[in-house]
Amino acid sequence: MGMNKSDDVTWDSFAEGLWRENPVFVMLLGMCPVLAVTNSAINALAMGLATTFVLMASGLLISLMRHLIPKQVRIAAFIVIIATFVTVVDYSIQAISLDLYNALGAFIQLIVVNCIILGRAEAYASKRRPALALISALGMGAGFTFALLCLGVVREILGAGALFGFDLFGANFEPWVVMVLPPGGFIILGAWLLLFDWRKHRTQLRSLQEERGRAG
Amino acid sequence: MPAESLSFIFINAALANNFVLALFLGLCPFLGVSGKMETAVPMGLATSFVMLVSSICAFGINLLLTSFDIEFLRLISYIAVIASAVQLVEMTLKKFSPGLFRALGIFLPLITTNCAILGLALFQTFKEYNFLQSLVYALGAGAGFTLAIVLMAGLRQRLALANLPTPARGAAMSLMLGGLLSLAFMGFAGMGGH
Repeated sequence: MGMNKSDDVTWDSFAEGLWRENPVFVMLLGMCPVLAVTNSAINALAMGLATTFVLMASGLLISLMRHLIPKQVRIAAFIVIIATFVTVVDYSIQAISLDLYNALGAFIQLIVVNCIILGRAEAYASKRRPALALISALGMGAGFTFALLCLGVVREILGAGALFGFDLFGANFEPWVVMVLPPGGFIILGAWLLLFDWRKHRTQLRSLQEERGRAG
Repeated sequence: MPAESLSFIFINAALANNFVLALFLGLCPFLGVSGKMETAVPMGLATSFVMLVSSICAFGINLLLTSFDIEFLRLISYIAVIASAVQLVEMTLKKFSPGLFRALGIFLPLITTNCAILGLALFQTFKEYNFLQSLVYALGAGAGFTLAIVLMAGLRQRLALANLPTPARGAAMSLMLGGLLSLAFMGFAGMGGH
């Protein structure tokens, strides 16, 4: 998070959240919506975009107000700012699509307690200038949306034989219903983490072998 | 739905629609604090207690907000009141029961950011429960949370002894275990729930 102390807006301040410090796959933050709303790709996308908006808007405002908020009450101030933007999102989604609103349910309002947002506000936005906070929030939001989509796409294909509502396999496909039910969320996320850990483990082994090769 | 019986609400919140395993609320402590039985039990009990307190607070706030017709402030007031309720519980415990305070210690402040608490307050509002029903709902949710986290701690203590391949030693296996536990809890779906 705080590796890049320089005040320049670089490609890295965006890409960091997307991949190297991906909030879901690397930092394991904000798990509740990750599992709860990813039973279809469209829900996952909507949730990702809503969270990205809250991340960016609250990041920008907190960064602008970083010299005004007293240190002792900063957490409460952050929470109130975040809750305000979540209320905005909640009412906007209700106005745009009632179906989507019903599918996401209370999880839109629960964005307030998503630890990614408060974590970024405390560790990043409250200490950086607005442009940097905004770009970094966009990166984190993109990383979160990417992770949600990874889960949503796999769960919808396996559990409903469809993608974004379009039938993929025809009438003879027997859907693996458990994948869109709660256990599927745990299992698919576990499988993705296993894949990422395995890849990390392999690159570590390979660099170790290279080092040994050079030494010998 | 004021016609629902109290026992139905309790079983629904604790088993059929378990907060952790069916509704995915409060996963952070579920995955973070379930490593050992000694921490899982106090965490479960502390969360249940805060759930009860914040359920009562949320019921009162909702009455107030509805009477002034300012429901759009619901989210902000709930989160502010839950945070202060946790603080209040912490101070009261420190004053009157230092032993219990020490046992719960670091877990109390963490509970503020537990989405199961806010989720409970929001759900009881959506379902339009009356005071007694809200109370039973909070008790059921707390019991369900404690049950899930204690079961998970038991499983993970066994898992620690298992011979796993190295890449699988992280959070991935805990999530797989959670999946199996959730699968088992789906068996309760027949007992009611919606």
